[in-house]
Amino acid sequence: MAEIVRPIPEITPELKPFFEASRNGQLVVQKCDGCGALRFPPRRLCPNCLSRAASWTPVSGEGEVYSFIIMHRVYHPAFASQVPYAVATIKLKEGAKMLSNVIGIDPHQIRCGMPVKVSFEKLNDEVTLPMFRPAGG
Amino acid sequence: MSLRGKTAIAGLGITRMGKNYAHPNAIGFAAEAVELALADAGLRRSDLDGVLVNPGLTWGSDVMASYTLQQVMGLRDIRLTATTNLGGASAAALVMHAAMAIDAGMASAVACVFADAPLKPPKPNSKGPGGGAAYGFARGLNAAYGLYGANSGYAMVARRHMHTYGTTSDQLAAIAIAERKWANLNPIAEFYKEPLTAEDYHNSRWVAEPLHLYDCCLVSNGGVCVIVTSAQRARDLKKPPVYILGMGQGHPGDDPVDSLASGAPIARDTAFRMAGVGLKDIDVVEFYDCYTITVLITLEDYGFCPKGEGGPFVADGRIGPGGALPVNTGGGQLSAYYMWGMTPLSEGVIQVRGEGGARQAPRHEVCLVSGNGGILSTHSTLVLGASA
Repeated sequence: MAEIVRPIPEITPELKPFFEASRNGQLVVQKCDGCGALRFPPRRLCPNCLSRAASWTPVSGEGEVYSFIIMHRVYHPAFASQVPYAVATIKLKEGAKMLSNVIGIDPHQIRCGMPVKVSFEKLNDEVTLPMFRPAGG
Repeated sequence: MSLRGKTAIAGLGITRMGKNYAHPNAIGFAAEAVELALADAGLRRSDLDGVLVNPGLTWGSDVMASYTLQQVMGLRDIRLTATTNLGGASAAALVMHAAMAIDAGMASAVACVFADAPLKPPKPNSKGPGGGAAYGFARGLNAAYGLYGANSGYAMVARRHMHTYGTTSDQLAAIAIAERKWANLNPIAEFYKEPLTAEDYHNSRWVAEPLHLYDCCLVSNGGVCVIVTSAQRARDLKKPPVYILGMGQGHPGDDPVDSLASGAPIARDTAFRMAGVGLKDIDVVEFYDCYTITVLITLEDYGFCPKGEGGPFVADGRIGPGGALPVNTGGGQLSAYYMWGMTPLSEGVIQVRGEGGARQAPRHEVCLVSGNGGILSTHSTLVLGASA
């Protein structure tokens, strides 16, 4: 029986560059062309300077666990084999924060402030999701 | 010109809460709540000339909820109406809009209403009630990363608060237990007959760790209505007036996982200035409590303790029955009923009137009520008083 895969996120026009980069093993976030602020997920309007111009910029993929929660309840069948799993806010070295999973570690060993590094997890030929593993692990 | 004491809450209607299937939808509960509030105040339907509605989740796409309620109840010649959503900060905000409109001469008796019906009757072969699913959706990247449910945002805040300030699960448990003790004194609370021990708390399932089941609010069917009039008119009605002494809002617009704070400091300043009160004047506190962590952070943000010290502040039973600071004396949304901002507001009205029975706070001259929406995103403050 085929493994039940995670809900595949729709590749919206806004997120297309993000998924293209992920497929190629590169983490990118949006950069405001007006003030240079980094942000994720992408927005049409910079909440800092109200510029509508933005581009995608590569980041190191290094960061730290800013906060995290451990999910025990199965809301979608794909996660039945994964509970308990960690969903985290990752603060990238460059400053932006993004939601992701921390994998490759017992979720109860995760701590706020723990250094992590991006790890690209392929869902199918089109969608690869950036997740994070403990740095140096 | 200050609005202090110029208006009052003259009527309160609370339907039966929780697994109540008397109405098929939220509008039914809304109408019942208005009828109850009219009877409580000694007003007739024709006396109402204002209808303000905060629609709960199950009103869905009814973007003109207040007009729907007007139609359903056959209300004629209304002078003021609005459908408002600041999430859990809405109830107090409705009261603010009502008070301002009454003072401006735009209306004289305004019904402020919340209702919701997320629970469906159990199917013949199942044990519990159905529904509640409206609170569990996710899309896009959130769904792909397995982030589901309304609890995750507050769980992220709680985890970071624990990291930054050393807050513990035992301290969160102290809030859940204190509120349950209050609920055990409140016959209309859903958990009236069920005590909660620290062991029960720690044994309860994780909803989104670090939040246990008993860190989280109930999901309830029901409706609540308060009727606002001028202070002068309220004095001629059936129940003791609950004067609106101060009111304010605060919406910080920042990332709550960073700030670990609400908009309470902003809202408090406006409301306390209007009311001419300070923290020492507050006899009883009714805080928005979607989660235990919300209560802890709100206590900090009003200044009952320094930032980061909410955990030790609540740990010794200070906020429970017999404690120095009575907080959420009806059991709150954690243990009584989940009616968004109407939960703290309704209990505030009951306390100021002195109708709290076994749970009545010994002093109840001045009551502080808060509302809170989103993830600590919106905040509202009311200062209620027994005298103007």
